[in-house]
Amino acid sequence: MADLFTEMCGITSPNPFWLASGPPANSGEQVMRAFDAGWGGAVWKTLGQPVVNVSSRLAAVDYAGNRMSGLNNIELITDRPLEANFREISEVKKRYPAHAVIVSIMVETREEWREIIKQAEDAGADGLELNFGCPHGMCERGMGSSVGQEPQVLEKITAWVMEYATKPVLVKLTPNVGDILDPGLAAVAGGANGLSLINTIKSIVGVNLDTLVPLPAVGGKSTNGGYCGPAVKPIALHMVSALARDPRVNVPISGIGGISTWRDAAEFIALGASSVQICTAVMHYGYRIIEDLNEGLSNYLDSMGMTSVSELVGKAAENVTEWGNLDLNYNVVAKINADTCIGCQLCYIACLDGAHQCIHTRKNDCLAFHGESDHGQNPRLQIGPAQNHTSGGNEPEFLPFIDEAECIGCNLCSLVCPVPDCITMEEVDSAKISESWNQRVARQSG
Amino acid sequence: MPIVDLPADRLETRFQDAKPLYTSTEAVVEANRCLFCYDAPCIDACPAGIDIPSFIGKIRSGNIEGAARTILKVNMAGVSTARVCPVEELCAGACVFNDLNSQPIQIGRLQRYATEKALRTEAETGRKLFSAAPSIDKRVALIGAGPASLACAAHLALEGVESVIYEQDNILGGLNTSGIAPYKLQALDALVEVDWMLNHGVKVHSGVAVGRDVKLEELRHQFDAVFLGIGLGKDGMLDIPGIDGPNVWGATDLIRKIKTDSHFSIPTEVQKVVVIGGGNTSIDIARELAMLGVPEVDILYRRTQSEMPGYKHELANARSKGVRIIEHVKPVEIKQNKDIELIAENSISGDPLSFHCDWLVVAIGQQKLAQHLIPELEVDDKGRVKVDPDTGMTSIKNLYAGGDCINGGKEVVNAVADGRDAAFAILRSWGIKANLDNRQEA
Repeated sequence: MADLFTEMCGITSPNPFWLASGPPANSGEQVMRAFDAGWGGAVWKTLGQPVVNVSSRLAAVDYAGNRMSGLNNIELITDRPLEANFREISEVKKRYPAHAVIVSIMVETREEWREIIKQAEDAGADGLELNFGCPHGMCERGMGSSVGQEPQVLEKITAWVMEYATKPVLVKLTPNVGDILDPGLAAVAGGANGLSLINTIKSIVGVNLDTLVPLPAVGGKSTNGGYCGPAVKPIALHMVSALARDPRVNVPISGIGGISTWRDAAEFIALGASSVQICTAVMHYGYRIIEDLNEGLSNYLDSMGMTSVSELVGKAAENVTEWGNLDLNYNVVAKINADTCIGCQLCYIACLDGAHQCIHTRKNDCLAFHGESDHGQNPRLQIGPAQNHTSGGNEPEFLPFIDEAECIGCNLCSLVCPVPDCITMEEVDSAKISESWNQRVARQSG
Repeated sequence: MPIVDLPADRLETRFQDAKPLYTSTEAVVEANRCLFCYDAPCIDACPAGIDIPSFIGKIRSGNIEGAARTILKVNMAGVSTARVCPVEELCAGACVFNDLNSQPIQIGRLQRYATEKALRTEAETGRKLFSAAPSIDKRVALIGAGPASLACAAHLALEGVESVIYEQDNILGGLNTSGIAPYKLQALDALVEVDWMLNHGVKVHSGVAVGRDVKLEELRHQFDAVFLGIGLGKDGMLDIPGIDGPNVWGATDLIRKIKTDSHFSIPTEVQKVVVIGGGNTSIDIARELAMLGVPEVDILYRRTQSEMPGYKHELANARSKGVRIIEHVKPVEIKQNKDIELIAENSISGDPLSFHCDWLVVAIGQQKLAQHLIPELEVDDKGRVKVDPDTGMTSIKNLYAGGDCINGGKEVVNAVADGRDAAFAILRSWGIKANLDNRQEA
């Protein structure tokens, strides 16, 4: 079994799975139950000057029968007394010395930062996470994402914190920015030991069409919240990889955003995260999901011949590059497996209406199947009647076929196909040598 | 003699799998339906206590080995029970979807998918799902090679105990090999699982009968503990005149022939069969005979259908194959004429009845063996071996028992759970807590 032990900017934990700052890490009792269940660490629900929260705080997006594909919240930071929180943190650290307890903090003035950092460290925090990400409520008071969106302010406050902190400091970034490198580099410039991302995305998840009040409703009104859950994973993966790939970002990253399974976690780690944080999936199913997270990740590392999580960190980030470096002479075409095709013709209509008109059937009208590629270079104004394709054979009428010369290899048909591995994208042996756009521009200008 | 070996021309091979192995798409689609309930009713309904939502969640995430481990750590016969368990009466019957008027999760089929896939992967990669602890200086003998003994032996072997099974039969696996309806599980598949369980380091002496070839007392001296997993005996027969005549079968005897014998077939002259009984064995054999082409198969039962101990869903399936149920029949005498005539009477009115058939099958339960084998063993009024419910120990010190011999004939999964619990209790009696023993200390 691969070792899941994790070290990130001096913070150690038995595995890379930490509870993200949020309702599941709101109290000592909860965090201890999570550790008993197998969690490696917890980022405590953000501490600051306690707030008053509203009633009705969450709303979700259900997609195609799946509950909570995305979750939106308007809950603020802790509404429990600081003293209670610190007493619990100290007790948790006493009982679970090997687990990571990171305290998320968010205050306003330099003096407040100094004071709360001292209190958190005195309580035994293994690290601090600066909440520069919350995009609702707190930002209107000049905290949270309003800091994360202003690189200069972010750098200045980070620098204050670094003056006072003796424990590792992670800066938690908001995705509500044009380019994640701006706040990321500012945090590094301010001296942060690590980065965590993403915080939630500013959102309104829906409207109650009977009352015409957006969700969640608080006494007939609503406000924008922060969006998280499985739906936000791709945005987070991109931002993590963007930071991990930049050589100026020389600090480790804790990946957050829609992680529900060990596969999601492995993807974050492969794109550069050293640890991962999870909140929504725990809110949906409870701490018990950790068993599959630990076991699945460990099995995966075994199957890849890796003995530790650190071997996986960044392995896929190496394969992310800018568009201009992609090979223009690489080609794939779709192949349909006639034995497993069930005849739904979703590929046909997707290609006809939504792509490049290169899938045909003998039953439906199509662009003339000419076997010679023009890739849309000639004017196209109408499609013609159905016709037999040259390969002939005894295939059923419903079985679509690909005009391989015309297929531009976009993948759409393989994405809509409901049968696994029925449509595969296969590499076409190109006689041309590899050339990227950047190389072509250089060649033509040189 | 290899363990996984039977003649190829067994009659049972004519049956098709009623619930074939899911494809990966089918499995993931079904797994995604699971709500992942907390404190789920399906877990409570499982005699082995499998954490069902957890293994289904692992299928969903693609952690198939983990899913299989979740199942097998509490149910060593996870592959066969996935196919044999009456899930309609157990886990799936408790699924919350029943309350939503939706189809319950197909837990048996998902369990089969996870375990079969994982065992195949284990065989291919050599990466063991469970690894045995270094051997300790302890030995346990197990009598009988049915599911209870096999599970007990496998759990003991995993903890480094030398486990030796004595089985009088040459075919291992007990009724799980020779008694399961072939559209659920065929004998060869059962033997593949037996082989897997034995491969954790269990030794077997087959064709060795305790009492005849080796004395129980010797075993009790040679071993630190003995486990009794002898199941039940021959088919019980009616105490009526003519019962020992030709073409009168015991049900489990006939099923065994269908499942394991070479060349056995149902002669074409057999046009009508009467089955006497009301339990699941009577329903099984009736359905098997109907599916093998016997034109007329009737089950005669002494009370009403609603009082039959056999499962409703099994009865419905048998009826869909053309099996008839005749209620209130009390057999009186069997007469051999050109065919067989069963003289009977209505169990309520006493009116005389007469049934003609070519074969008559008796499925009224099996005989109890235990006291016959060990006269000093305490049994209850039904002949079932009495055990301490906490440890599985019988009235004789260090003699443990589980499976059909203590419960009178329940499901395979009950036997497996008994065997597992006895293994853990034996280990605890030596001050050892098994790795897979998740019992909370009081």
